[in-house]
Amino acid sequence: MSAMTREETEALIQEVLEVYPEKAQKDRAKHLTVNDHEVEQSKKCITSNRKSLPGVMTIRGCAYAGSKGVVWGPIKDMIHISHGPVGCGQYSRAGRRNYYVGTTGINTFGTMNFTSDFQEKDIVFGGDKKLAKIMTEIESLFPLNKGITIQSECPIGLIGDDIEAVAKKTTKDIEKPVVPVRCEGFRGVSQSLGHHIANDAVRDWVLGNRDNDNSFESTPYDVTIIGDYNIGGDAWASRTLLEEMGLRVVAQWSGDGTLAEMENTPKAKLNLLHCYRSMNYISRHMEEKYGIPWMEYNFFGPTKIAESLRKIAGFFDDKIKEGAERVIEKYKAEYDAVIAKYRPRLEGKRVMLYVGGLRPRHVIGAYEDLGMEVVGTGYEFAHNDDYDRTLKEMGNATLIYDDVTGYEFEEFVKKVKPDLIGSGIKEKYIFQKMGIPFRQMHSWDYSGPYHGYDGFAIFARDMDMTLNNPCWNKIKAPWLKVDEAPEAAAAGA
Amino acid sequence: MPNVMIRVKDDGGLLFYIAKKDQEDEIATVEKDSDSEWGGVVELTDGSKYYIDPISPPPSFPTTLRFKRAE
Repeated sequence: MSAMTREETEALIQEVLEVYPEKAQKDRAKHLTVNDHEVEQSKKCITSNRKSLPGVMTIRGCAYAGSKGVVWGPIKDMIHISHGPVGCGQYSRAGRRNYYVGTTGINTFGTMNFTSDFQEKDIVFGGDKKLAKIMTEIESLFPLNKGITIQSECPIGLIGDDIEAVAKKTTKDIEKPVVPVRCEGFRGVSQSLGHHIANDAVRDWVLGNRDNDNSFESTPYDVTIIGDYNIGGDAWASRTLLEEMGLRVVAQWSGDGTLAEMENTPKAKLNLLHCYRSMNYISRHMEEKYGIPWMEYNFFGPTKIAESLRKIAGFFDDKIKEGAERVIEKYKAEYDAVIAKYRPRLEGKRVMLYVGGLRPRHVIGAYEDLGMEVVGTGYEFAHNDDYDRTLKEMGNATLIYDDVTGYEFEEFVKKVKPDLIGSGIKEKYIFQKMGIPFRQMHSWDYSGPYHGYDGFAIFARDMDMTLNNPCWNKIKAPWLKVDEAPEAAAAGA
Repeated sequence: MPNVMIRVKDDGGLLFYIAKKDQEDEIATVEKDSDSEWGGVVELTDGSKYYIDPISPPPSFPTTLRFKRAE
């Protein structure tokens, strides 16, 4: 099927909307659009960051997911207490595959689940005493922790516990930072507000801790990686490139990151921001308070990597600029070989994406390097500034959907008939049963890294492995296959 | 009266960012932009207008300022 025209895409949106009641139809229409390169600002064509309609199947998370799961959780040497009932922490434990170096349970705690396990009596009488008690317990059981964060679950806000007071008192007792985070799940419309709350907690409780401490020796080439959660080792694949071009990476936020790294970030020369959505708040704050410039970069696919490396080098002297060229040159043979191998197998294939954060726009370049085309994209929890950045990346007349519902996504896929879908685990099995190759793009389908030149090779291999897998011809039961029946009978005989 | 963070863009233009609304827009014109003061009616590229009492001497960007909606 060739690319759809603008009219066809518009007609498709209308057709999908028809089943909704009038009011829902009006609301959902604002979240679906056809990309138009003439539109400069996304607010003219799409509405985002609004409450999901009751009754539709949304794929969003909550503020707790944004804070504990995304921003704070990967900080490896702090203990993150899921304060509230046991489920929120247990069912999200270690699911995001934020890799880290360290001995779990001794000096790092990334994959462990700490919870205050609220019971009925804690709801009735308040959980502050229990919280104080478990923090002293943590301190005696895991003395090598560098600090504790309290990640509130819904009941904490509902019963009005004063976790800030407990945090302040415990900080004095154990002489380590204790950070209360008010990320109750009911706040905001999606995980996006959780990112913001977590960023504000970093700003208020962590960032200024070493403002008067000059013992950290900085160099003119200090940079930080912000908004890279080291999924499957992403941040490591990014870090090697930056170090090879002569920069010194002093902090990783927050994949494989530590509290000390966060505290030293204000001493860096440049903040490199990968996930704009979840960490732009703290980058803006550091620019204002400490005068550290920040820039967004994209390490998916050789074209974007080269572009980003040159842009990063632009902030430094000629030594780094030469370094960037040297790195691009060094890996040229490697990534050319990857493209030569996989491009013929993937050329012309069409992809639909529906993820969160930065991927719906950042991975487009990587697909294009492999000769593939992204025909539809959308975010779970983006705001208008994300769509501003997306409109330019996407082709004209392609589909853009915000907070797409399960029904809409299925209908779009049935009509657009993409060759590959990249979305989350909740969508994976629906589409696989429909016979469409699928990659889970939240944590790289248990693969990775996908960032950097090393990651691109894995990305290309994974896409090929999924798309050209022979199993997609076997979806239909043999006796239902009409045209291939004689062949099947021959094989059986 | 939104709190607005103003920062200098890569191309030298001024970016008007309202954190509450996650709105990022470029400033098209500033009524008073001289060596001695900065402010007055600020018009964005999308046509909306905001007002701030002129600040003297001009602030150094990035900075957070409190604007009023004009008109």
